[in-house]
Amino acid sequence: MADQPLRLLLVDDETGFLYVLGKRLAKRGFRVETAPSGADAIRVLRGQDFDVAVLDLKLGDMDGIEVLDVFKKMVPDLPVIMLTGHGSEQAACDGIGHGAFDYLLKPCDLDDLLAKIREAVGREENA
Amino acid sequence: MAQARENAVSEAPYYQGLAKSMMFTIALVSLAPLLGYALLSGYQYTTAYKEKVEAHLRELVLKHDQSVDSYLREKVAEVQVLGEVVGGDRLKAEAEITSLHNALVRSHGSDFVDLGIVNAAGVQVAYAGPYPLQGADYSNAEWFQAVKRRRVFVSDVIFGLRGVPHFIIALLVDVGGEQWVLKATLDFMAINDLVEDIRIGETGLAFITNRAAQFQTTPRRDMTGEVKLLHNILARGGEDSILGRGRAAITVVDDPVTGREVLFVTSPLKDGEWFMVYQQDTADAFAALYRIRNVGVAVLLLGTVCILAMAFLLSRRMARKVEVADQEKDMMNDQVVEAGKLASVGELAAGIAHEINNPVAIMVEEAGWVQDLLEEGLQKDDNEREVQRALTQIRSQGARCREITHKLLSFARKIDPTVERMCVNDLIREMAQFCEQRAKYANVRIETSLEDGVPQVEASQSEMQQVLLNLINNAIDAMDPGGGELDIMSRAEGGDVFISISDTGCGIPKANLQRIFDPFFTTKPVGKGTGLGLSIIYGIINKMGGDISVKSVVNKGTAFTIRLPASKEGMRCAAGNGAAGEQPPADGGRSEETGG
Repeated sequence: MADQPLRLLLVDDETGFLYVLGKRLAKRGFRVETAPSGADAIRVLRGQDFDVAVLDLKLGDMDGIEVLDVFKKMVPDLPVIMLTGHGSEQAACDGIGHGAFDYLLKPCDLDDLLAKIREAVGREENA
Repeated sequence: MAQARENAVSEAPYYQGLAKSMMFTIALVSLAPLLGYALLSGYQYTTAYKEKVEAHLRELVLKHDQSVDSYLREKVAEVQVLGEVVGGDRLKAEAEITSLHNALVRSHGSDFVDLGIVNAAGVQVAYAGPYPLQGADYSNAEWFQAVKRRRVFVSDVIFGLRGVPHFIIALLVDVGGEQWVLKATLDFMAINDLVEDIRIGETGLAFITNRAAQFQTTPRRDMTGEVKLLHNILARGGEDSILGRGRAAITVVDDPVTGREVLFVTSPLKDGEWFMVYQQDTADAFAALYRIRNVGVAVLLLGTVCILAMAFLLSRRMARKVEVADQEKDMMNDQVVEAGKLASVGELAAGIAHEINNPVAIMVEEAGWVQDLLEEGLQKDDNEREVQRALTQIRSQGARCREITHKLLSFARKIDPTVERMCVNDLIREMAQFCEQRAKYANVRIETSLEDGVPQVEASQSEMQQVLLNLINNAIDAMDPGGGELDIMSRAEGGDVFISISDTGCGIPKANLQRIFDPFFTTKPVGKGTGLGLSIIYGIINKMGGDISVKSVVNKGTAFTIRLPASKEGMRCAAGNGAAGEQPPADGGRSEETGG
């Protein structure tokens, strides 16, 4: 891992989930920003740079795919990992079609998420 | 089992009716052409045959009519020639008349029986013949009176004392300026035999009568009983003659003596004074025709019996097959409904899994976080307080899961088709709440507008749940992506309860609208929908004695309306969330909002 902490944007409408996952990732050296809605996430992304984003597929105000599209328009290089608790892998696959790096099914193991994040960031660095 | 038997009993008249209507149709379709053909050809054959027979009889009568007529005319002419050539003066001499008679007998055989000359006073002055009639006084004789008026007179046939049929030809001759009468008696035996010999079949016979129906020839059988009948026929004068002037006229009447129908052919002769009559029983005249007709009728009857028997057997067999097919279809339908139930259980499971996923994810992360903190040591910073918070969070998320599972359990517990009185408003609220999470993700606002005091309906709780869940899910699907508004309304109207579920989704094209209740009809991609939902709903609503209708405009939305008959003994639903019944309706319960 690089000396600079990785900057991570976490978007989910479940604030409880957002809080604890943010804490755990921060404990593992990430600089985590959280956003409980699509609109918040877009606002946060406008203000700062991020190395990676973790985006829930279903948000209260917007569809995850819509948010993904906005993200990709704003920062085309930003790797986005989709999280879905929907059980429908089809939606997640659609996300990949819209430019997401990969997806994980919720609830997921933290180690899996970390591995996926590293994979995403590593690819970015290599690129 | 018992129910199936009950169904079989209640449906038996239906299949009997079906068999009957099939039998009737088959019989009608088969018999109508047969009967039509039989009647038409029978009629034509009968007409043609009768015409032929009648033409034959007419010809026969006309032929004899003519020969008798010409015979009479010939004899009259001969006597006239005698009268004119020989002259009255010569004929009054006995010797002269005898030699003339002899000459006539020589050349004509026994036709000329006798010859006589009668003076103006009616006394026979000269006579040649086998009888001693010299000096006989004829002044009162009918023929003597008649000849004075008509110059020539041919009498009717007289059997006279001799018992031999004969007739008189009388004509006026001039004797010394006086009007005397030359009288010849002719034997009618030859004509008698000629006419008598006309015999066709068993009853055909001919004779000659005068206008008064007095026989001029001897009929083959005693006809005295028929004289009145004959008189009537002759009086009508052959008005139905096709040859005109009453020639060869045909009359068909019932003979009161024999009781049989008789055909008469009459033709006038001797200037209408006499009639040639031919008569035959119609049964005899048209015997061949009637025989063929009887055979035809027998064949027709046999055919009819065969067709009826066939129609009976065939229709019974077909009805039986339809019944078996229907039973199979019913069984299929039951299986389809079962399959649909399983499918909706699957949908339900997916919904539950989705709803339970979020709290589970939080709990997993919180547990991991506690582990992280424990590894670090509780003494560090405010780790202990953080662990406390995490545990509280785990407990509260666990409670959230418990709530969901409770909801699911209460749902599962109710999966039984027992019909009970229930309040649709409570159920709608419950289902709206149940679908809230899904609606939220689909950006759908669920609005309920429930009329207070809607009567209870008799329905199965679980089946109604299935109906509502399915319709709500469909509505949400219809508004994907983009979301929209989902309105659920209830109202009471004239002993019925109406529930309508309307969305602002993509709508249903007209072409699909009439098929949406068909089993397996779906527009969803393969694997996404079974196409059973609406057909099952249709079945359930139908079973309850209600119906379901749909209105849809493409790109505007769709509205399903369910009509359910209100329970006769049921109470009204209370307003608000309370159970049906006792409480008076609370105000403000008219419209409420869930989800969004």
